[in-house]
Amino acid sequence: MTASIATNQTILVVGGGISGMTAALEAAECGKQVILVEKTPVLGGRTARLYRYFPKMCHPTCGLEINLRRIKQNRNIRLMTMTEVTAVTGSRGNYSVTLKVAPRFVNENCTACGKCAEAVSAEVPNPWNYGLDKLKAAYLPHNMAYPQRYVIDPSIVGTPEGEKAKAACPAGAVDLDMKDETVTLQVGALIYATGWRPYDAAKIQPYGYGRFKNVITSLEFERLADPQGPTGGKILRPSDGKEAKNVAFIQCAGSRDENHLRHCSRICCMASLKQTQYVREAFGDEGKSTVYYIDIRAIDRFEDFYQMVQKDATVGFVKSKVARIAENTENGNPILHGVDTEGYHRYAVEHDLVVLAVGMEPEITGVKLPDDVILDSSNFIEGSKDQGMFGAGAAASPLDVNRAVQSATAASLRAIQVIRKTASTEAV
Amino acid sequence: MTTANQMAVERYRNNFLKEVEANVEEGHMVKMCMQCGVCAGSCPLGPHWTHSPQKIFMMIRAGKRDEVLGSDSMFMCTSCYNCMVRCPRQLPITHIMHGLANYAHRLGLAPKGQPTRDFATLFWNNAIKKGRVNELMLTLRHYFRNGLVSGIKEALGMQSVGLGLFMAKRLNPMEIFGGHGVKDLKGFHAIIAKAKEIEDRKKGFTA
Repeated sequence: MTASIATNQTILVVGGGISGMTAALEAAECGKQVILVEKTPVLGGRTARLYRYFPKMCHPTCGLEINLRRIKQNRNIRLMTMTEVTAVTGSRGNYSVTLKVAPRFVNENCTACGKCAEAVSAEVPNPWNYGLDKLKAAYLPHNMAYPQRYVIDPSIVGTPEGEKAKAACPAGAVDLDMKDETVTLQVGALIYATGWRPYDAAKIQPYGYGRFKNVITSLEFERLADPQGPTGGKILRPSDGKEAKNVAFIQCAGSRDENHLRHCSRICCMASLKQTQYVREAFGDEGKSTVYYIDIRAIDRFEDFYQMVQKDATVGFVKSKVARIAENTENGNPILHGVDTEGYHRYAVEHDLVVLAVGMEPEITGVKLPDDVILDSSNFIEGSKDQGMFGAGAAASPLDVNRAVQSATAASLRAIQVIRKTASTEAV
Repeated sequence: MTTANQMAVERYRNNFLKEVEANVEEGHMVKMCMQCGVCAGSCPLGPHWTHSPQKIFMMIRAGKRDEVLGSDSMFMCTSCYNCMVRCPRQLPITHIMHGLANYAHRLGLAPKGQPTRDFATLFWNNAIKKGRVNELMLTLRHYFRNGLVSGIKEALGMQSVGLGLFMAKRLNPMEIFGGHGVKDLKGFHAIIAKAKEIEDRKKGFTA
């Protein structure tokens, strides 16, 4: 990767989740040169960490595989992993972008044989399971990882553990002398597909996330249900490993709240409705899900999914935003306190496990972006004043996968227009 | 029915929300409530009220004028502000509850014999007399509110506290003869009268 391959005919896509992959592919398949940069060592973003999609309840691996195949086949896309954008200067059609590439400590000789992971004994929290378990300090992020190349965690570099990984590698791929690199590129247009992160649930003090072990986030629940997750797909609660058959879902955990996120995150209602079906899948009629909600916002055409879940006898609905959670210290059960809106009944109900349907916060919150970029009041990207930089997917608005893909395609088209315009101006 | 109450009924007819918006402090925020229930569940006195703030706000919108203005709930608020800091829409719930209490009081619809309301009235009458609270008289009047026998009983029950306060020079028995006041008592009363006049005018109670 050198600066010479990029010109002002190139589109830079920031972020390699479902939106970034889509935006990059749409432009590349139109014959445009695309550079796709991703902060983590792999593509797939948050989508790769879901168990199932709504409403068809299919697995994300399927859609991801198709996209990865498209990327592998396309010569117009250059992928840079472990890379962050540190500065953007210039204007529409002529940006200069500075990228910082973090060392992976494994070069392209890696065959993903896994001998380095066998040799190493140090462990680090597993970011792909939201820290619910640990993985070896020499690791392949997950089975769908692309590029299929191991990563050495910086914490073991310069230690005997790091040397063990190097000695174990039969391909000579471990390079512990790799350093941070800075690269400057010229590009014509930028697409920010920087995605979202779950709102920090510990900030919602009355819900006790972080204080009570059996209060988890919807994303952690997603990992519990996933066969590749920390429990091998069994819904076991964190405090004692007991099967969580009586699960409460709390909607608007952070969203629609002027003290936290002022926007509606849109996906969480559907996500919780979907997750009630994980409980059913695991325990059949013995499972019990209760959804505590202000109002169910089954976006777009998903009302039928909501009706399907309403008919499920194992799923109950309580119209109330839970006021606070306490813990039964004898059995570790969270106790939900509140008042329901349908009759104003005061309740105090015990559940095995509480899942907070946390809101979506733009990943770029707190990051310094070019002055030209316009954000809305929740830090979602609206675009740039010079109309050469665009937001795509969950960076632009709280969207589910389906709508993120649509948004990314739209952003890609706008970027292509910028490139076309630049080319025609230069021809004159 | 008081005259002010009659006027209010005639003016707003069945639109109690409009009446609240026009006459109650922060009343215009009532319509912002999305009925999530966090205030009701967060209130430390919650189980002891007839109507939680959530319910009061819905009743206002439903036009339940008599029930709302006759409710004791607003007088149960201890101003802990738990509801207000947790409200997802940042309604000034505590202020609205106080505003409702004040409006009901002015219209003469507030519940009679409500303990916190009675004590507040006692405190106010005591404080404006001399510009300083006469604590001895305040406690005595409070203890003897239900007559002589129960008053003596209640006072005896608190005698160790009273004695402790006396020993620590925090309670002066001489206050029984009227107590001390502010320097310019006449000026103080003029200020209170003027403030009442302004507030009455603002809230439309001049008639």
